[in-house]
Amino acid sequence: MSRLEINDLSVWFGQDRDRVDAVKHASFAVPSGASFGLVGESGSGKSTILRALVGLVPTWSGEMKIDGQQLTKKRPRGFFKDVQMVFQDPYASLHPRHTVDQVLGETLNLHGFSDINDRIEQLLQDVGLGPAFRFRYPHQLSGGQRQRVAIARALAPEPSVLLLDEPTSALDVSVQAEVLNLLADLRETRALTYLMVSHNLAVVAHMCNEIAVMQAGEIVEVMGVEDMRAMTPQHPYTRHLLESSQGYRPSEEQSE
Amino acid sequence: MEKLLDIENLRVTFPTRQGEFEAVRGVSFNLGQERLGIVGESGSGKSMTGRAILRLIRPPGRVTADRLELGGRDLMAMSERDMQRVRGEQISMVMQDPKFSLNPVMHVGEQIIEIYRFHTGASKRDAYAKAIEMLQAVSINNPERVMRAYPHEMSGGMGQRIMIAMMLVTEPKILIADEPTSALDVSVQTQVLSIIDRLVRKRGMGLIFISHDLNLVASFCDRVLIMYAGRIVETCAADKLHEATHPYTRGLLNSLPRLDNPKSRLQALKRDPNWTLAPSVDGRV
Ligand SMILES: Nc1ncnc2c1ncn2[C@@H]1O[C@H](COP(=O)(O)OP(=O)(O)OP(=O)(O)O)[C@@H](O)[C@H]1O
Ligand SMILES: Nc1ncnc2c1ncn2[C@@H]1O[C@H](COP(=O)(O)OP(=O)(O)OP(=O)(O)O)[C@@H](O)[C@H]1O
Ligand SMILES: [Mg+2]
Ligand SMILES: [Mg+2]
Repeated sequence: MSRLEINDLSVWFGQDRDRVDAVKHASFAVPSGASFGLVGESGSGKSTILRALVGLVPTWSGEMKIDGQQLTKKRPRGFFKDVQMVFQDPYASLHPRHTVDQVLGETLNLHGFSDINDRIEQLLQDVGLGPAFRFRYPHQLSGGQRQRVAIARALAPEPSVLLLDEPTSALDVSVQAEVLNLLADLRETRALTYLMVSHNLAVVAHMCNEIAVMQAGEIVEVMGVEDMRAMTPQHPYTRHLLESSQGYRPSEEQSE
Repeated sequence: MEKLLDIENLRVTFPTRQGEFEAVRGVSFNLGQERLGIVGESGSGKSMTGRAILRLIRPPGRVTADRLELGGRDLMAMSERDMQRVRGEQISMVMQDPKFSLNPVMHVGEQIIEIYRFHTGASKRDAYAKAIEMLQAVSINNPERVMRAYPHEMSGGMGQRIMIAMMLVTEPKILIADEPTSALDVSVQTQVLSIIDRLVRKRGMGLIFISHDLNLVASFCDRVLIMYAGRIVETCAADKLHEATHPYTRGLLNSLPRLDNPKSRLQALKRDPNWTLAPSVDGRV
């Protein structure tokens, strides 16, 4: 049985001329302990799939399952101890008037931990933030420091499934290396399952065994990491994406 | 090459519980009609450098500089009123948190139209047409819908592209772009960068491009400043970035995962306290 599964999932927003079919008939399954990547066009519905899983979109059809259990409108009790999400936009997901200490303390409290002080220290250390950051507010942190607080908060309840939306796009490459190493270690020691969105194909390939490629709301291809590394895609859009990933090269027509 | 910006000994300081914290510690560089990249680890002072140029550091933060000149005019001495004109008309900045910089309760379209009309005095109809044109230029597929939408209804990468459209619509002399394409897929990223590229080469715009993406900076920019702990530790031609010699820059390059070369573990930086002590390298040419 898969840890995480979606079948024929469709999500839409708005109506009439403003209707957006953000996700169209998407299906994939993630076995326990595996990491599954979602890549593709900006605006193609990647974040929407993650938001649907945690119950943040009102209008959807199809099936979503965690451990074979169908998800309905409301998430079951204990769901968020087990499934945590790191949002794409770290600024918006942190309360502006709460210090790092309050953010982590509240999450730990909510999930019934008692040794809160020690845990906050450990979490900050895990994401490479020194104790000096503990009492800062979000606006006193750089973009990458905020993102690390968001990752620490998601790790706090010791979830077994992590939904990661661009977890390292605001991080410098060294902190990115540390965070990816940490995620790999946790996957090993705690058998975590990851569903990860990223525009950085090298990052996705580093973390994931299987990768779904999205364009305009549809999954156009699910590929193994070996095919991605070998640049042997099935779908023309995937080929286009892989070719664009080798740095900036202005096209003929653009450079005239 | 015309010098657009000239900066000498720029410092940004914040009071904290642990005493004064210097986020930017005396950097000097200039900007011509070129693509200047700024790279460096998280917290090294890249964003604060960009914001300081536009005098957008909020008190109790403080900015000092021996020189901060835009085409020979002293930015430090300008009134706040004059600065408002400079922002947007002369120098635009695409902030690192695009959605946070957009007004959450105003339609996307109104925001672009407002900024365009403020700086050009164009009619509503012309401003609408211009806004649609800019959104199309940044590869937004359905610009009419996006014009009527609120920022929270946009994906991460759409938010970034809206910010870029808004900052370019006034055709500034200088664009400071703070991680402008981190939420874009590589294909749309190329399209957006080619617009900026054209403005630099055809209209002589100056670009400060702040990014964590070393490969992108190496292939897109002309020149790079590498920052560490509020200082510049090394500068080089962008296409020579992969041959950089400072151990810090080497460490950054070595921590990248690679599609063509899988590793089971990535290498993180081992910091040397001497990097913090060394004086800032002069980034003026
Ligand atoms: N709350 C909402 N209301 C209306 N439309 C929405 C809403 N949320 C998302 N959308 C639309 O759904 C589509 C998919 O958005 P989504 O955020 O899932 O894209 P994405 O693949 O994550 O893109 P990116 O890589 O740019 O973050 C977009 O067209 C977006 O405008
Ligand atoms: N209001 C503030 N009070 C105290 N320190 C601050 C404040 N704002 C920023 N800082 C600190 O200044 C330093 C430089 O921040 P800056 O935002 O310039 O970093 P950055 O190089 O842009 O990093 P990133 O790549 O993570 O965005 C950081 O260590 C940050 O914590
Ligand atoms: Mg997204
Ligand atoms: Mg920054």
